[in-house]
Amino acid sequence: MSAATPVAQTRLSSLRKLIQRRVSWLPVGAAVLILILMFVAGQSYFGRFLTPRLLSSLLVDNAYLIVLAAGMTFVILTGGIDLSVGAVMAFTGMLAAKLLSTGVPTGVVIPLMIASGAIFGLIVGVLVNYFDVQPFIASLAGMFLARGLCFVVSLEAIQVKDTTVLGLQSVKLGTFEWYITPTGIIALLVIVIAAWVLGYTRFGRTVYAIGGNEQSARLMGLPVARTKVLVYVISGICAGVAGLLFTAYTAAGYSLNGIGTELDTIASVVIGGTLLAGGSGYVIGSLIGVLVYGVIKVSITFLGADSSWTRITIGILLLVFVVVQRVLVARGSRR
Amino acid sequence: MDAQPVLEVVGAQLRFAGDTALADVDFRMFPGEVHSLMGENGAGKSTLIKAITGALRLDAGSISVDGTTVSFSSPAAAQRAGIRTVYQEIDLLSNLSVAENIMLGREPRRFGFIDWRATRLAAREAMRQVGLELDPDSLLSSHSLAVQQLVAIARAVSTELRILILDEPTSSLDQDEVAELFGVIRELKARGVAILFVSHFLEQVYEICDRVTVLRNGSMVGEYLTTELLRIDLVQKMLGRDISELDIESRSTAPLPESDRRVVLSAVDVGRAHRIEPTSVDLLAGEVLGLAGLLGSGRTELSRILSGVDPTETGRLSYEGKQRHFSEPREALAVGVAYSSEDRKHEGIIAELTVRENILLALQAEQGWVRRIARRRQDELTASWIEALDIRPANPEHPAGLLSGGNQQKVMLARLLAVAPRVLVLDEPTRGIDVGAKIEVQRVISDLAATGMSVVFISAELEEVLRVSDRILVLRDRRAVAELDPETLTVDMLLAIVAKADSDE
Repeated sequence: MSAATPVAQTRLSSLRKLIQRRVSWLPVGAAVLILILMFVAGQSYFGRFLTPRLLSSLLVDNAYLIVLAAGMTFVILTGGIDLSVGAVMAFTGMLAAKLLSTGVPTGVVIPLMIASGAIFGLIVGVLVNYFDVQPFIASLAGMFLARGLCFVVSLEAIQVKDTTVLGLQSVKLGTFEWYITPTGIIALLVIVIAAWVLGYTRFGRTVYAIGGNEQSARLMGLPVARTKVLVYVISGICAGVAGLLFTAYTAAGYSLNGIGTELDTIASVVIGGTLLAGGSGYVIGSLIGVLVYGVIKVSITFLGADSSWTRITIGILLLVFVVVQRVLVARGSRR
Repeated sequence: MDAQPVLEVVGAQLRFAGDTALADVDFRMFPGEVHSLMGENGAGKSTLIKAITGALRLDAGSISVDGTTVSFSSPAAAQRAGIRTVYQEIDLLSNLSVAENIMLGREPRRFGFIDWRATRLAAREAMRQVGLELDPDSLLSSHSLAVQQLVAIARAVSTELRILILDEPTSSLDQDEVAELFGVIRELKARGVAILFVSHFLEQVYEICDRVTVLRNGSMVGEYLTTELLRIDLVQKMLGRDISELDIESRSTAPLPESDRRVVLSAVDVGRAHRIEPTSVDLLAGEVLGLAGLLGSGRTELSRILSGVDPTETGRLSYEGKQRHFSEPREALAVGVAYSSEDRKHEGIIAELTVRENILLALQAEQGWVRRIARRRQDELTASWIEALDIRPANPEHPAGLLSGGNQQKVMLARLLAVAPRVLVLDEPTRGIDVGAKIEVQRVISDLAATGMSVVFISAELEEVLRVSDRILVLRDRRAVAELDPETLTVDMLLAIVAKADSDE
């Protein structure tokens, strides 16, 4: 016993050290666990559930949501929220469809989509930072503005026939079973870039600092104002990119596209382990969150149940996660 | 004095919404010296610090660093000039790692991206300078407050540091931790850093500081060398004696007959860790108990326990002979114990509401929001309180935020009195109000005690405590040290007891 105890203790203390260091990854781990459990449950209930095709489509069908979630992660990490992303996505898609139908080249339209998304983000960011408007209200205004502008562009759906845009979704790389489309590649690329920016740039670390305590971040001399505007611009850019992916996915621009998508995005980010209070979370978690959302959607379809059950399940899951987060935060602050 | 000051503030003036926060204050710091800024609440210490660190801009006066006049637009600008601050409420980020808290905003980069290995190394080096050896990757929140404080200093040390401002760094540290901190301060001093050390503990000020600047009510009292300033003189300069000439008759009302003097509130060994040591005190019906002591002596902490605002961690509290455990102010209020905070702006007056709404707030809360007090009854009540306390302007619909400090205090009193409490705990009810209003508040307190109400009265002005109280409890370094009868006391005697060093005992 005398020989074994010190070893056991060091092992225990190094384990504790590891947990202490990585405590912010716990919610992400929980999301991964839920995803695995759902795969296992689906496989045992449906039989042929966990197939390469399903896994591939999970990524491809939700590419736009993954991009939106990456942008939303930046905003929520600062303690903010962006309700405008669904409408901005619809607007950029609408704009693209209209421009493409009048013969504007694709090489002009795509940068324009991204730029218009950035402008919406800039407006929200400036409102939040310089006019001290609640993020909820500022981005709600952005949402109404973008949705209204959709109707200005056209009341009808506009079909997209541009082969470059459509190719983003229809080109399937890989085998018949395992495949990926350019949209899926773009989504993964966005995740990698976002994770890199958050983890390895001063800007990214400032995002976490603001979410931890904005006042402290300011007193530490960090560029709080610039960063707070930029996170909304990033979210706007992601909405622009998502607009492109969604247009490729649906092959049309339509004013009523993406209603409620902002809420699906927020739900995915939260399920992926990002604290709504800000300061803790990872883009990888948001990706997992979107996949959880996607699996729920697919399972409901498999069951043949009404699609409203997707919302109900997401709602319950969200509730559980938010409560767990509250408990974690409360425990952390008591120390 | 041949050395050139590293920091010099001349004629600093600042006003907030009509109140003078700083009036013509001069302040200077020399390299390799520890300087203390002393003063009671509202003396202007934190305002001056904020001006030096770029968090506030002066209305008039100049700040110069190394003889060059500067004007900081933000804390970041002051930091670039080598001025760093470690605040009492540790301003670090508990959601990030120790290394990040030290290096945030200055992380070494390679090809534009943070080089985490170099960052950890730099953080280790900074920690070594303050005698810390922590895992740079551990979360800040996993360490004790004392360690976090040292991490904050490590952050300051890791930069081109000229001036280090420590704002009440020791308030949450125990003795060993303070000794450790002082070791770090001495090392920095030897490196030629100018250190501004703000603390309420005279002991510590005398131990570590070379020079003291005393502020009172936003004005400068003077700059002294610690070796040449007696402790009692320092306290006297901090507290001031300027209203003693305004002599009003003390306690004109006759005390209640002996038979009515029963114990209303009894505290046995109540206390909270790091706030106030276990203390016992009884409060009789119809008496004013004065709590005398410097800021940080535990006077506010004791009053908050007595009034149920903060629950006691030790001992017990009984009210009217029955043991009580208050976990919320409203529970205390329900049995008749009312508390008025020293922080009138944040914990008292609701500036946007009218005088009437402010006065009736507690009464309405007690009745429950469903049973609304009839408007006519509201008007009657408000009018009677405005008259009784002479609140001016006598307009019930006046926004409370626009009243003068003294009248706001009266509105607060009226709110508490409206619920007819048996015990009233007043933490610095006369702070920041003019002399005339002070005397009126004192009169109201005496009148209330004469009707049988028990009052706990706190004031930084010892004359006032002497004049108003029937009995005085002296607190020092978070402990009750004496219980005195004001009849037999003079201000100077009280001053001596309040200021006495622990080592003299």
